[in-house]
Amino acid sequence: MAKIITKNLNLWYGTFQALKNVNSTIEANRITAIIGPSGCGKSTLLRVFNRMNDLIEVLRTDGEVLIDDTNILDSHTDLVVLRKKVGMVFQRPNPFPLSIYENIVFGEKIHADGITRDELDEIVEKSLRDVLLWDELKDRLNEPALRLSLEQKQRLCIARLIAVKPDVLLMDEPCSTLDPQATARVEELMRELKSRYTIIIVTHNMQQAARVSDNTGFMLLGELIEFGKTHEIFTAPRDKRTEDYITGRYG
Amino acid sequence: MKNPYRTQNIAFFFLFLATLLIVVPVGLIIVIIIQKGLPAINWQFLSDIPRQGMRAGGIFPAIVGTVYLVTGAIILALPIGLLAAIYLSEYSKDNLLNRLIKLAIVNLAGVPSVVYGLFGLALFVVFFKFGASILSGSLTLGIMILPVIITTSREALESVPQSFREVSLSLGASKWQTIRHIVLPNAIPGILTGTILGLGRAAGETAPILFTVAAFYLPRLPNSIFDQAMALPYHLYVISTQVPNVAEKIRYGTAFVLLALVLIMNLVAIIIRYKFRKRKKW
Ligand SMILES: Nc1ncnc2c1ncn2[C@@H]1O[C@H](COP(=O)(O)OP(=O)(O)O)[C@@H](O)[C@H]1O
Ligand SMILES: [Mg+2]
Repeated sequence: MAKIITKNLNLWYGTFQALKNVNSTIEANRITAIIGPSGCGKSTLLRVFNRMNDLIEVLRTDGEVLIDDTNILDSHTDLVVLRKKVGMVFQRPNPFPLSIYENIVFGEKIHADGITRDELDEIVEKSLRDVLLWDELKDRLNEPALRLSLEQKQRLCIARLIAVKPDVLLMDEPCSTLDPQATARVEELMRELKSRYTIIIVTHNMQQAARVSDNTGFMLLGELIEFGKTHEIFTAPRDKRTEDYITGRYG
Repeated sequence: MKNPYRTQNIAFFFLFLATLLIVVPVGLIIVIIIQKGLPAINWQFLSDIPRQGMRAGGIFPAIVGTVYLVTGAIILALPIGLLAAIYLSEYSKDNLLNRLIKLAIVNLAGVPSVVYGLFGLALFVVFFKFGASILSGSLTLGIMILPVIITTSREALESVPQSFREVSLSLGASKWQTIRHIVLPNAIPGILTGTILGLGRAAGETAPILFTVAAFYLPRLPNSIFDQAMALPYHLYVISTQVPNVAEKIRYGTAFVLLALVLIMNLVAIIIRYKFRKRKKW
């Protein structure tokens, strides 16, 4: 089932065109990887899906991005609703300088009036269980989140995100600051989460894309060169440029 | 051959000298004021009204006046200054007009205080007919410290990492919720620094209160905000230059109280700031 469809999506930063005619179909409950050399527009594309690019004043887009059949590029889109539904995990783990507990309930406190302490406790436990941190952290909930290890921080950021009950998780190089073991464990977590979420992961690490994703898109200079099943992209790319990239001929 | 350590040592020496040049006079002033002023301090000096043409008695009305004026100035300047800073750092677009506004605010901090005094006289005392009163004085002092508060608060807000804002927005918080729950709490230490600076300036200046509130001699406490009041800096000026034969002890005692008052107010703000800062590590 298609969750997100982009139709002839173009995007400009001022006069610089960062996305060129991107057409893709992102399936629900699958992991879609976006790969490509640095600066090709991967983060830009990801940030279209939750309209984080709107923070940039000189930004201009055209085309359509349908999420559940609604064009989110429409100027009437309620960004609060959109961003609750389409959440983002950033490259650098970035918990707030608050306690572990306060980090997780941040979204809920903002969205739900008069929520009780018990309900919040429940959300914290459930979210931490989902990211496999509960057993480690259940006795340390009031400690500053900034004291956690990088991997724990990144998991906490994922927990903070799923506490607001999104459908789509956008992950922008979520493992780039982690060591290989931690990366493997976060990838494992992504596989567990995919039954409940639509996951899009940007990565410059081709092995990672090959390991975790069902579908892969390859981008180059703002164009989506090839998009399809991961095993097909990696074993039988149709485009010469994709082949060059996955065999390591670009940086 | 060039010896990099020698130039480095010479540079260090001059940097150290410059620091010394600043620290020594300040230290000396403090030491002298304490040495000459402390003997005058006793309960009567702090709690009594001035007597015998201000040559005896205490300085209680001046202490109260200064506390009222500083409090009034902060009550006015902090909310307005903070709101302006939030607007400038979070909402205003980066265009020529807003850059000019920011530049103007920074420069207003350098306007001589007597100009603020004349402004307060014209606007509050004469035009709004508040007369020479605590209200006029507080408003004048408040306007004088606004630029400092706006500038430091703006810098504090702008130093909160952009990534915090992004995360908050990406979790579906509105812009205002992001400011309210993420940006402001993390900017409090810096905002308090601005408040401290403003406080010290409001407590110490004579010129802005000269025409707007300060009473030469008023041996009672003010009754309302429309009353005149004595104030420590002006009282100090009066007993040092206008009244003959005031004991040195009393003059330095007054200076000591003014200094101590400012230090205590600063200390409170510093403690609050320290409490907040302990949380912040990024
Ligand atoms: N805010 C911006 N303003 C102008 N150009 C930008 C901005 N952000 C990104 N770009 C440009 O857009 C292109 C794509 O950037 P990005 O999406 O971050 O690439 P990637 O994530 O694939 O490394 C780059 O050439 C980058 O320089
Ligand atoms: Mg990127």
